[in-house]
Amino acid sequence: MINKIIETPKEAVADIFDGATIMISGFGEAGSPIELIHALIDQGAKDLTIISNNAGSGHVGLAALLENKRVKKIICSYPKTAFSEVFPNLYCNGEIELELVPQGTLAERIRCGGAGIPAFYTPTSVGTPLAKDKEIREINGKLYVLEYDLKADFALVKAYKGDRYGNLIYYKTARNFGPIMCMAAKTTIAQVNKIVELGDIDPEIVVTPNIFVQRVVEVANPLHEHVLISQNKKYPWTE
Amino acid sequence: MDRINIGWSKDEMAKLVANDIPDGSYVNLGIGIPELVANYIPEDREVIIHTENGLLGVGPAPAHGEEDFDLINAGKKPITAIKGACFFHHADSFAMIRGGHLDFTILGAYQVSQSGDLANWSTGSPSDIPAVGGAMDLVQGVKNVFVIMSHTTKDGTPKIVKKCSYPLTGVKVVSRIYTELAIIDVTPQGLKVRLMAPDIDEATLINKTEADLLF
Repeated sequence: MINKIIETPKEAVADIFDGATIMISGFGEAGSPIELIHALIDQGAKDLTIISNNAGSGHVGLAALLENKRVKKIICSYPKTAFSEVFPNLYCNGEIELELVPQGTLAERIRCGGAGIPAFYTPTSVGTPLAKDKEIREINGKLYVLEYDLKADFALVKAYKGDRYGNLIYYKTARNFGPIMCMAAKTTIAQVNKIVELGDIDPEIVVTPNIFVQRVVEVANPLHEHVLISQNKKYPWTE
Repeated sequence: MDRINIGWSKDEMAKLVANDIPDGSYVNLGIGIPELVANYIPEDREVIIHTENGLLGVGPAPAHGEEDFDLINAGKKPITAIKGACFFHHADSFAMIRGGHLDFTILGAYQVSQSGDLANWSTGSPSDIPAVGGAMDLVQGVKNVFVIMSHTTKDGTPKIVKKCSYPLTGVKVVSRIYTELAIIDVTPQGLKVRLMAPDIDEATLINKTEADLLF
């Protein structure tokens, strides 16, 4: 019997090890698996490399993972968002390494990581500082930059519904990086608002095929980052 | 003496951009002033707005209290989805962008050069947190790259320059510039003034532009 359902976020992240590379879904707070991130903070793994579009806001979720000094390097496209204080402070103090990647290149590097394509040429960033020291090649009269794939030991992804095989569907623009991160990690851990029976998700509308998902954990009422920020919350929770 | 407000307002600029977008176009709007363009698409045109975080068919801003923070735009502001909209993941979204499927992108800028180079992601200052987002992909893949920006910085320094001093977003990528003073096309011959605001003359425009202009 195949059953990828795990009871709690704590159990779902228990084997994440020091030095792991972890993809974390989300575009800002939309699609950010905040309960899995908080469970990872509780678990204690450190020296992590994080691949995520942003670098967190306020003092919860991804920002809290950074603030608790668990992350040595972040690979992202836009670490500067409203209410982001943690990353700028760490970066200015030289306490975190940043690899800045154009957003589409980040997405394609992740997609390729999951699709068995080790590298690709893209026009994005030609003639800019982000192409510095990279291989440039002319193809049919146009210049392209060589970019390599991205893979991860784990992906922490937020989806809307999942079943025990690991089929996933998402909710609105919270889909963003989820589907491609599921493909690019050895172990994909999906938190879903609702676990449903096999067959309840119409096979025609499955977004992430179950083969890309190893663990599914239900978080029925996930926290909202903007609400926590408006309440000045900080994780681990303090009184 | 310099007047504080000369030329078109931001809304008038956005309306001018919107008027140049034909019926049936697919359009990506950058963060800030470009977002205003959506308010001025003429009613007899159907234009589909793309947001790179995974939606074709951005609708108007939601009413207060109706916001869904899982339905946001590239600026991470709550939006709505029109009837006929569709959601997709990031690799598909940037396939649309890089693959040449979008007709227009409207972006803000720090500087544009006379050959159409764009600088809009970093001032290059060491204290600046580097952040690029999707700009470098948009300028490479979208068919028409329109810039909407103030003609000069707050202290009057020209932003339309011979050569960008800030780090580039892309080389020879801009097709048209909209400022409060003029609409300027980037052509193989150079920057060609297409239209000037009603109260602007050639001398004023030349004075506020570092790059060479063709009239």
